[in-house]
Amino acid sequence: MKHSFTQLVDFLKQKITTNEQFLLNLSAEESDFVRLNHNKIRQAGHVKQIHLSLKLIQGEKHATGNISLMGESEEDFVRIHRLLNHLRSQLPFLPDDPYLNFSTEINQTETEHSSHLPESQQMIDDIIHTADTLDLVGIFASGTQYQAFANSFGQYNWYMNNNFNFDFSCYLEKDKAVKSGYAGYQWDKASFVQRIKNAKQQLDILKIPEKIIQPGQYRVYLAPSALAEILSMMAWGGFGLKSHKTAQTPLLKMTKENRHLSSLVTLSENYTMGLTPPFTRQGFIKPKQVTLIKQGKYQDCLTSPRSAKEYDQIVNADSEMPSSLELQKGQLKQDDILQTLETGLYINNLWYCNYSDRNEARITGMTRFACFWVENGEIKAPISVMRFDDSIYSMLGNNLLALTQQQDFILDPDTYSQRSTASIKLPGALIENFTLTL
Amino acid sequence: MNTEDLFKVAHIVKQQVPSVDAWQARIIHIEEESRSVRQDILQPVTTEDDMGIMITLGIGGGMGYAATSDLSLTGISSAMKQAKYWAEICQHKKLFDARSLPLMQHSGQYQTNTIQNWKDRSISDSIEQLYQISKQLKISDLIVDWSAALGWKRTKSLIINQAGSEILQQREQILPHISATANKGAETQSRCLGHEMSGQGGLEQLQRLGFPDKAKSLANEAIVLLDADNCPNGTLDLLLSPGQMVLQIHESIGHPLELDRILGDERNYAGTSFVTEEMFGQYEYGSPLLNITFDPTHNEQLASYGYDDDGQLAEKQFIIKEGILQRPLGGQTSQLRANLSGVANARACHWNRPAIDRMANLNLEAGTSSFEELVSSIENGVLMDTNKSWSIDDSRNKFQFGCEMGYLIKNGELSKVVKNPNYRGISANFWRNLKGVGHQKATQYLGTPNCGKGEPNQLIEVGHAAPPCHFSNVEVFGGAK
Repeated sequence: MKHSFTQLVDFLKQKITTNEQFLLNLSAEESDFVRLNHNKIRQAGHVKQIHLSLKLIQGEKHATGNISLMGESEEDFVRIHRLLNHLRSQLPFLPDDPYLNFSTEINQTETEHSSHLPESQQMIDDIIHTADTLDLVGIFASGTQYQAFANSFGQYNWYMNNNFNFDFSCYLEKDKAVKSGYAGYQWDKASFVQRIKNAKQQLDILKIPEKIIQPGQYRVYLAPSALAEILSMMAWGGFGLKSHKTAQTPLLKMTKENRHLSSLVTLSENYTMGLTPPFTRQGFIKPKQVTLIKQGKYQDCLTSPRSAKEYDQIVNADSEMPSSLELQKGQLKQDDILQTLETGLYINNLWYCNYSDRNEARITGMTRFACFWVENGEIKAPISVMRFDDSIYSMLGNNLLALTQQQDFILDPDTYSQRSTASIKLPGALIENFTLTL
Repeated sequence: MNTEDLFKVAHIVKQQVPSVDAWQARIIHIEEESRSVRQDILQPVTTEDDMGIMITLGIGGGMGYAATSDLSLTGISSAMKQAKYWAEICQHKKLFDARSLPLMQHSGQYQTNTIQNWKDRSISDSIEQLYQISKQLKISDLIVDWSAALGWKRTKSLIINQAGSEILQQREQILPHISATANKGAETQSRCLGHEMSGQGGLEQLQRLGFPDKAKSLANEAIVLLDADNCPNGTLDLLLSPGQMVLQIHESIGHPLELDRILGDERNYAGTSFVTEEMFGQYEYGSPLLNITFDPTHNEQLASYGYDDDGQLAEKQFIIKEGILQRPLGGQTSQLRANLSGVANARACHWNRPAIDRMANLNLEAGTSSFEELVSSIENGVLMDTNKSWSIDDSRNKFQFGCEMGYLIKNGELSKVVKNPNYRGISANFWRNLKGVGHQKATQYLGTPNCGKGEPNQLIEVGHAAPPCHFSNVEVFGGAK
């Protein structure tokens, strides 16, 4: 893959004229996907895809074309040459772009996250054998992802990542289930066995008749996977420079009315922690970290190359959507969660969140999977699914009581178009007066 | 890639296919173009040219697939090996026996009707139109962001199998978008001609989708919303515009009736369903005014086609008739597993994904009332238009939706504008409170290009014919103070 990419770069360098420049991005994967239902294979297969994006630049004009490639084939040179000519034919009809922004400083990088994984078949065998009679449903993804950047100035950046991500749940009946996941660079059957044991323990609690919860305000513990849903909503337009400059961020009141969150909240885009490539699609090198919210107060925005030019700022992101969020840990010990919660709801997962009032950063969503009623520090019963509707300014503001000492690192299992490289690292949160509505 | 090229790849497939019980190949070529002007500045112009193949092999009742962008003999041969590898693994751990699936033994073609071809319009002309729209949107300093965009997508596909069947289809979509955002202090409101206003066809579709005529009114409405009162809280009558009905049909009828959800395939991701297999043929889903069809035959609708990705002939079927649930949205694989009749809706979003049950065009059949008659039948209610928030539980029952624009209805007449209109309910009850359905003239053929579902994840287009509809006793509410 690396060799064929550099060949294409060399080919393009020969084909462009003296007044042209190019930016070239490669995105490829060779992945296995196995979909399971009732602990049996529903669909299984392999995807090999290679996509190339070419931006041709003449002065302040530019046009971009995306094509699929065959890989190590003469046909690829034909395709990219055809694309080059197509883009060249468009440029005379396009105006200058005042916000065109690309790196001219040459920074070479090479990142390879290798793994020691057995054949996918072995991991699937382990999964099905371990889960045995459990009603397990989920998606196993494994393989290699490639991203690369090069330009006509001579910059070259290479990124390769090989890992697996098994996102699954184990069902008791109807919507009563335990959600779990196992991802990484090394397959450890014992680790997976432990996850199944944990799931079985929670499934036992789900057998208790459920407690019907009435709408109202409750003291709740949001496990990291549940809190991740809230943070992903904040990430939806919350931290981008463009959304701030055009008053569309749901966190507008943090900058316009000095609203703030709890001082426990320090949130950053931590590139050194995450798995995304260290370079942008325009050749800029990302900083190590961008602090978005510091001790409850809004700090910096994520700034894409285009926004950087438009608003005269420095580039610190590829897109303005976070991909390596980290919420700083707190003081609450893992063993003290139930005792500190005392009486309330232990929420493992939230689901299908959306803004019910964007100006107030008010979010609605559902509880999902194993969520429990806790009394006097003991789990008493599972609960039926409930809708919440509450503001970030409350949940992560005055009503935030504590964050846990332990942070979970969650690899995004999304596979839209291709496997995601996004991740999030965060603790759990103890919150009072959490509003349930339906 | 022209049609001849698709058949050249098909020829390689036929040469390379190993000895197996069953096989199918889906060869796809996707072209896309997008143009957008934001704040009177042309945004990066992009084109897309993407081709690949999905090969599925069946061995001993197990099935395996391999998708590749490498359409060379070597690439296809390698994909065959991968598909065979997974089919062999699957045969001992399979969820169902694929040998029971009927063999497609027919050929056919489908093509979108286009009158004004996208390619016949120069890039300069389409950019100029977007500039003109952009200028119409900036009507005040209160407008802080504004944009207009046009997208086009053409998908050519050829499905072949061991029976010699050949299904050749070409679909073209037109995807307009306009948005205007107004701000005053910490109050921001947006109005848009959203992606639900998309369809199949050429540029001639734009007018019926409101492009570009709605531009100026959208900017005005965004400004009006800044000073509007919040939608009141209470149990009121609700009138939903076609633009919002798209979402209502999609989330609380379409998804719960997808048979793969009912069979549990989606429980780890998109969710399950409150609907069970026993309900078909008898369950009262809604009031007698509720008639829902699976109808891939409206050529201008976003998800029209002649055959699904299993090659099954797509025909109009009643899903709900006079309020009673008739059949699920399930393709031939789910039909086999559930032993239920379904529809031809096994669809994949791309060559790199396998087919799963999708709702395609799911239409609410027109009723008898004009829009004015629907309004006049409401004493105390709210009209809501253009979705901006959607949330529903994993069984597709408890929902909460929000719209960009609301109007109070008092004594049968539209009155003042209200902002942040939201409503919530339970699917199983909501449709039984359907009190009025707009007639054919009030119906709009809309959809959404980005319905997410499946593992691995897939985004696909779906269509919804939507008349305005009146519901009684709905919990509505506005934003916080």
